Amino acid sequence: MMLNSYRALDLTDDKGYLCGKILADLGMDVIKIEPPTGDPGRKVGPFFQDIAHPERSLYWFAHNTNKRSITLNLESAQGRELFKKLVGTADIVIESFQPGYMDSLGLGYSELSQINAGLIMTSITPFGQTGPYCNYKGSDMVVWAMGGLMNQSGDADRRPVQVSVPQSFIAASTYAAEGTLIALFARRIIGEGQHVDVSGMETVAFLGMEAFPFWLILGQNMGRSGSAISRMGINAPVIWPCKDGYINYILQMGLPGADRNIKMAKWLEEEDLSNDFIRQTDWHKMDFMELAKGGIERLTEPLSKLFLTYTRRELFNESLRRDLTLYPVSDSKDTLENEQLLARGFWVELAHPEISQKITYPGPFAVFSETPIKMHHRSPLIGEHNEEIYLKEMGFSEDDMVSMSKAGVI
Amino acid sequence: MTKKALEGIKVFGITYAGTANMTMRSLGMHGATVVRVESLSRPCNLRVAGPFKDNKPGINRSAYYAGVNNDRYSLALNLKHPKAGLVLKKLVHWADIFIENFTPGAMERVGMGYKAVKEINPQIIMLSISQQGQTGPHRLIAGYGPLLQGLTGHDHLTGWPDRGPALIGQSYPDFIAPPYATAAIIAGLDYRERTGKGQYIDLSNYECAIHWLAPAILDYVANGRIQHRRGNQVDNAAPHNVYRCRGEDAWCAITVFTESEWIAFCQVIGNPAWTKEPKFITLTDRKKNETELDAHIEEWTKERTPEEVMTLMQRAGVSAGKIQNCQEVVEDPQIKHREYFRTLDHAEMGPFPYSAPSYKLSKTPAELKMPFPSLGEHTEYVCREILGVPEEEFVDLLIDKVFE
Repeated sequence: MMLNSYRALDLTDDKGYLCGKILADLGMDVIKIEPPTGDPGRKVGPFFQDIAHPERSLYWFAHNTNKRSITLNLESAQGRELFKKLVGTADIVIESFQPGYMDSLGLGYSELSQINAGLIMTSITPFGQTGPYCNYKGSDMVVWAMGGLMNQSGDADRRPVQVSVPQSFIAASTYAAEGTLIALFARRIIGEGQHVDVSGMETVAFLGMEAFPFWLILGQNMGRSGSAISRMGINAPVIWPCKDGYINYILQMGLPGADRNIKMAKWLEEEDLSNDFIRQTDWHKMDFMELAKGGIERLTEPLSKLFLTYTRRELFNESLRRDLTLYPVSDSKDTLENEQLLARGFWVELAHPEISQKITYPGPFAVFSETPIKMHHRSPLIGEHNEEIYLKEMGFSEDDMVSMSKAGVI
Repeated sequence: MTKKALEGIKVFGITYAGTANMTMRSLGMHGATVVRVESLSRPCNLRVAGPFKDNKPGINRSAYYAGVNNDRYSLALNLKHPKAGLVLKKLVHWADIFIENFTPGAMERVGMGYKAVKEINPQIIMLSISQQGQTGPHRLIAGYGPLLQGLTGHDHLTGWPDRGPALIGQSYPDFIAPPYATAAIIAGLDYRERTGKGQYIDLSNYECAIHWLAPAILDYVANGRIQHRRGNQVDNAAPHNVYRCRGEDAWCAITVFTESEWIAFCQVIGNPAWTKEPKFITLTDRKKNETELDAHIEEWTKERTPEEVMTLMQRAGVSAGKIQNCQEVVEDPQIKHREYFRTLDHAEMGPFPYSAPSYKLSKTPAELKMPFPSLGEHTEYVCREILGVPEEEFVDLLIDKVFE
């Protein structure tokens, strides 16, 4: 297993779970440290059978696979001492507290690095550790708004809209994994660890970076264009209604799109939906500006009619046959039934004995030829591995554990 | 001089479009030596796509190309030339990492599949990024980010329940795979450091994107429920929306999750009578009357600028943030403080701001030093200085038109 000689202590809440999961997927020993009553992120739904219970949060399930869990109260002095002991055994600490909180506990990077010079501390926050907004409260949608991507999503005649599975912290956590691993690798150069300061807002800005050149180079701010992409002031449709839903299909002009446009023109002709413009166009030479000048509807009208005639499945199958590219707008059911994913063996079943159920999870994010990603076990229960860590590894007795629990330390 | 995290790591890529180039730039900005192999006869699609500096098209003037190609060398090579293999072999010998993101099978056709590459350099780590993976019935389907976001499930979950799906930006999924790819490469490097073994990594844009929708996947698997787009609503907060403010297309997001945040929120807006009505007391009540709730709130926000709304709410401990367009992000004080944009000067394009990584390493921070390269700008440098090709051999290849 790839990274199994490393250990990470994961103090994150729902703003940072996915970072530790990526490390755990890569084989690292990731120990989730939760307050004795459980991580606050366990209150985030959806819930298994809609039961809002800390051991039923599907959000928790999704983002903590392969991790172990211990309970520990960092607000208690003894808890902090235990944590410091664990830091001595770890390579990485991941946290998503408000900037300054870990410092206030005497557990900031400057203190922890003195205990363990090789430690990498990754801090995931909405805006970063410093700066005028560092103490702002950043919920997922607020970060999505301030990062700039939200302004580009939705219809021009309505307010900006987010993704209904909020993405800001999922994204920040993923980029945090990248930064953490680069810092881990840097140890061989600098012989010690360092602090990795992750900003949710900057992550969102990067996700929306395609729009920035229009401002930086041409002084244009991209707005909302719904299911279309705005080019030269014209809305080029990307999502098209079809008989039983929607498909994604882009109008690609010029040389790169010529072959496909010829094939599409043939299809339209066969469907009796073509027109003079389509018949007379040299697709190798047609560019978007020229298309727009004469009226984009000369192409979009027949295409709309074509797509409305068929179902997503029919259109997709035709696209395969004709070497065109279009994709069905898919929901979760479609995704689970997607033949490519099934052929790839992408899905993994993990046992959840507590709820007498096996649940299917998205599988490895990459296929490695030597050291495949293995999904060992479901996300842990609260303090599921207290015995493994406190008793077996750290050598506490059962009585110790009882008194620590009574004192609210674990 | 600051040490670099990936000092001494050698990377070359045969890449196009976004994803693989974003991964390569993360490596380059942290000190790896990165060489991108490009062809003059078939320039990268991003080089020929606008926006262009001064609206004048040119392969060394594309802003989108610039943004994902800093901190690397460009070597021009005609992959179809019979002698291209000589140069490629030297690159494989030299490199620790080889990245490509062409359609599965394309690399094999130019003699650069993993099997061939491994024979030249068994320790190499080769990463292939593709739309849907190297195997499977749909592996050969081409596509771009704007298409993929329909397949991944993202578009279905974006927009209004009474309208069709909406796009997220343009090529949204293209930004999901790169950090996974970088993580995979570094893990591979680490493993190789300890065991001496290289390997092949097959990464699918589609599969990575699904990970960012895992909660919806599990809702279907565990509860049989298919999630749909629901505007800006979520289960665990109300108010939770974007509200119209004073000004043109001026909006501010406000989100209230807890009872103490609700009390603080009401205080900020002056504790109007409507906030005391039973239908707004608890979260459950507010969820039931959310449309009316939002209408009330907008009566207050529309009198104020987004900045005012954000500042007043944040001061009271309520999460609020203005909707920002590109200009506002570039001029944002937090973005400026963090130096997220770094300007580099290019011979033809002039100064252009590049995005620094959204994570900062305290001791080996990213350095943005080289603007995007002109096509083939470093062909001679790479061949002579990096690969050690003797002058005669280089000139022969040059005359033979291998570097085009």
